[in-house]
Amino acid sequence: MRTTGHEPVAPFDPAGDVASGFRDPATGEYRQETMIINMGPQHPSTHGVLRLVLELDGETVIRCKPVIGYLHTGIEKNTEYRTWVQGVTYVTRADYVAPFFNELAYCLAVERLMGVEAPERAQIIRVLLCELNRITSHLVALATGGLELGAVSVMLYGLRERELIMDIFETITGLRMNHAYFRPGGVLMDLPEGAGRKIRDVLDVLPRRIDEYETLLNDNPIWRERNVGVAVLPAARCLELGVTGPVLRSAGVAADLRKDMPYAGYETYDFDVVTRAEGDAYARYRVRIDEMRQSLRIAEQALQRLLDVHGPVMIDDPKVGWPPKLSVGPDGIGNDPAYLEHIMEDSMEALIHHFKMVTQGVDVPPGEVYATVEAPRGELGLFVVSDGGHRPYRVHMRDPSFVNLQAVPDVIEGYLIADIIPAIASLDPVMGGVDR
Amino acid sequence: MPVERYEGVRLGTTPEEIEEDVERGVLLTTLDRAIGWARKQSMWPATFGLACCAIEMMATGAGQYDLSRWGMEIFRASPRQADLLIVSGRVSQKMAPALRRIYDQMPDPKWVIAMGVCASAGGMFTNYAVIQGVDTIVPVDIYTPGCPPRPEMLMHGILALQKKVRTEEPFK
Amino acid sequence: MSVEEVAAAVAERYPDVVVARGEATVVIARDDLLEALAWLRDEPRLRMDALSSVTATHWPERDPAFWVDYELRSMPSPQRLRVKVGLAADDPSIPSVTGMFPTANWHERETYDFYGITFEGHPELTRIELPADWVGYPLRKDEPLGGVPTWYRDAKMPPIDQRGQA
Repeated sequence: MRTTGHEPVAPFDPAGDVASGFRDPATGEYRQETMIINMGPQHPSTHGVLRLVLELDGETVIRCKPVIGYLHTGIEKNTEYRTWVQGVTYVTRADYVAPFFNELAYCLAVERLMGVEAPERAQIIRVLLCELNRITSHLVALATGGLELGAVSVMLYGLRERELIMDIFETITGLRMNHAYFRPGGVLMDLPEGAGRKIRDVLDVLPRRIDEYETLLNDNPIWRERNVGVAVLPAARCLELGVTGPVLRSAGVAADLRKDMPYAGYETYDFDVVTRAEGDAYARYRVRIDEMRQSLRIAEQALQRLLDVHGPVMIDDPKVGWPPKLSVGPDGIGNDPAYLEHIMEDSMEALIHHFKMVTQGVDVPPGEVYATVEAPRGELGLFVVSDGGHRPYRVHMRDPSFVNLQAVPDVIEGYLIADIIPAIASLDPVMGGVDR
Repeated sequence: MPVERYEGVRLGTTPEEIEEDVERGVLLTTLDRAIGWARKQSMWPATFGLACCAIEMMATGAGQYDLSRWGMEIFRASPRQADLLIVSGRVSQKMAPALRRIYDQMPDPKWVIAMGVCASAGGMFTNYAVIQGVDTIVPVDIYTPGCPPRPEMLMHGILALQKKVRTEEPFK
Repeated sequence: MSVEEVAAAVAERYPDVVVARGEATVVIARDDLLEALAWLRDEPRLRMDALSSVTATHWPERDPAFWVDYELRSMPSPQRLRVKVGLAADDPSIPSVTGMFPTANWHERETYDFYGITFEGHPELTRIELPADWVGYPLRKDEPLGGVPTWYRDAKMPPIDQRGQA
């Protein structure tokens, strides 16, 4: 079509539409077709290596099929070839945002198999670190959720708070993530000098920082617009799908394993179970913020108890307690010199026992156990089977993200593409736990 | 097996050593040096966070260990706009074709950092499910050990890569 | 209800109940599985209305060789129960419980993926964790761990399942 630049350009030739099949010549209507597109596994907003195959009608999602397995690591099979204590290092890398919970569930399971219980101080340390980890996990959920929706400042603030708590983790366990600090029988070492003061300082600072998040997001019109009424999952459907954790609590069901089936001394702590009624993404955000406050409450109580309760942090049974005695030597940390003298000079049996403990580790009586903890994402269960040897026979992790992700089709279908992002961010899956 | 890509260019640590190396091994014109400097100044990583190392990579990009000091705060979502691939985390058998495809979609010049032991060598997961080292699929420039590497370790790896980029011939 | 009371209530109908380490386990035959789960859900004392996990263990030198394990949980009251079903090595198939517990969908797919146990009546029994064209069922005890030898300078160590140490 020739134009001189002044005449309007002719409209698109409809005959071409009919010839190519887009337009029905009889009615003049354009044919509607759905489009199948693929989202992931490499995608900035799918919270990890999650792949969603979406069938779209324009912008509306008609059907969704999540495909997982892009982070499958074979953790469960690997633990069958390592000792019981080495199992902690494998299990802790499943849900890598909340590693202490994996370790806690595994250690509870192994301790139940062995028929022992960790000493009281070890349990208090476990509760303290787990609740701090719950705070960091919810901060990561908030930060990544905000980043995916475009609220970059939320990401920076969330990770700033997280760094404070990572500092505490590093002081106590030596690592920022994937600590392998909880061991069957207790924890690795007692808190070092100055750790209590550090925790105290952080616990003093955190409440006002959480207020900052609430000020920033609670009544923010954009945040509300994108989250209210999105990804609604009613309580009955949650229970059918086996969804637990903040998602279930945002639908109104007050199910929290710390209250229902307490472990590690949680029945002696004072805290509330947070619920909301709406069951949408905004409700889950509010539940996570309030859960952070409850975790701070528990952490305060645990810190207070640590000042009063002294004692060992690992069981004193030489057939169970691992690692062998450590103490703070002049160069930092090392084996207890009295212990070294004992095994090298006094007793051959002690040396042989030490050698066996280092190479093989503990022996666990045969049996099966399913130990559960309330992880930040829901019910985390470790099913551990022992055949009486020094290696696990079968370790299965019932990861909450794996089960919660089954709700993705329910939560996405019928909404727009842009609603997928807050939907998945509110379910908060960690693909390491999903795929293991 | 690690691949020797830059024969004779051993990267020293002090500026004098680097100058020495550069004079001995590689001839760079002023233009080449300028291009190398420009390339290293604003490398844009592609978002390829897989597992635990991705969380540490996010922490490195966040406020405390700021990656934007070296021009890298923009993580490009599309690989076609990125020039650095930080493989952070364990690469499973299912993910390997996707990784290769992302690498192929990146335009030249491109570099790869294998962050963490899982990406460098398979890590603690010597089993059926994990690729034993990402250098079996893509050519890797820098390997950073650690499980996960501290943000400072990742920054050290990035700075080493920047030295490498600054001192290599731009159009080979 | 305490664990012993739960076990006693279950034993009235399925006598093969064991209480150990504070947990109750009942062994049920494959043909009774769906009926048993329905009864456990509807029995007013037990009300096992939530399924936490479905998994399996492989005991190659025992018969039955595959043991499928269902972790049941009661939402109204804090009690748990484990249901185990044994499957012979040459016939690893079992009815699917997705009709009763939709949450079992992915759990059963994962168990199929790792062990090759087929769940009859499952809406979509395909591989979920491993690539779709993977051959073999890696978590079985007769499958190797995989992995490559470790090289360091001129020392070479075989993969961990072939090292022959303790």
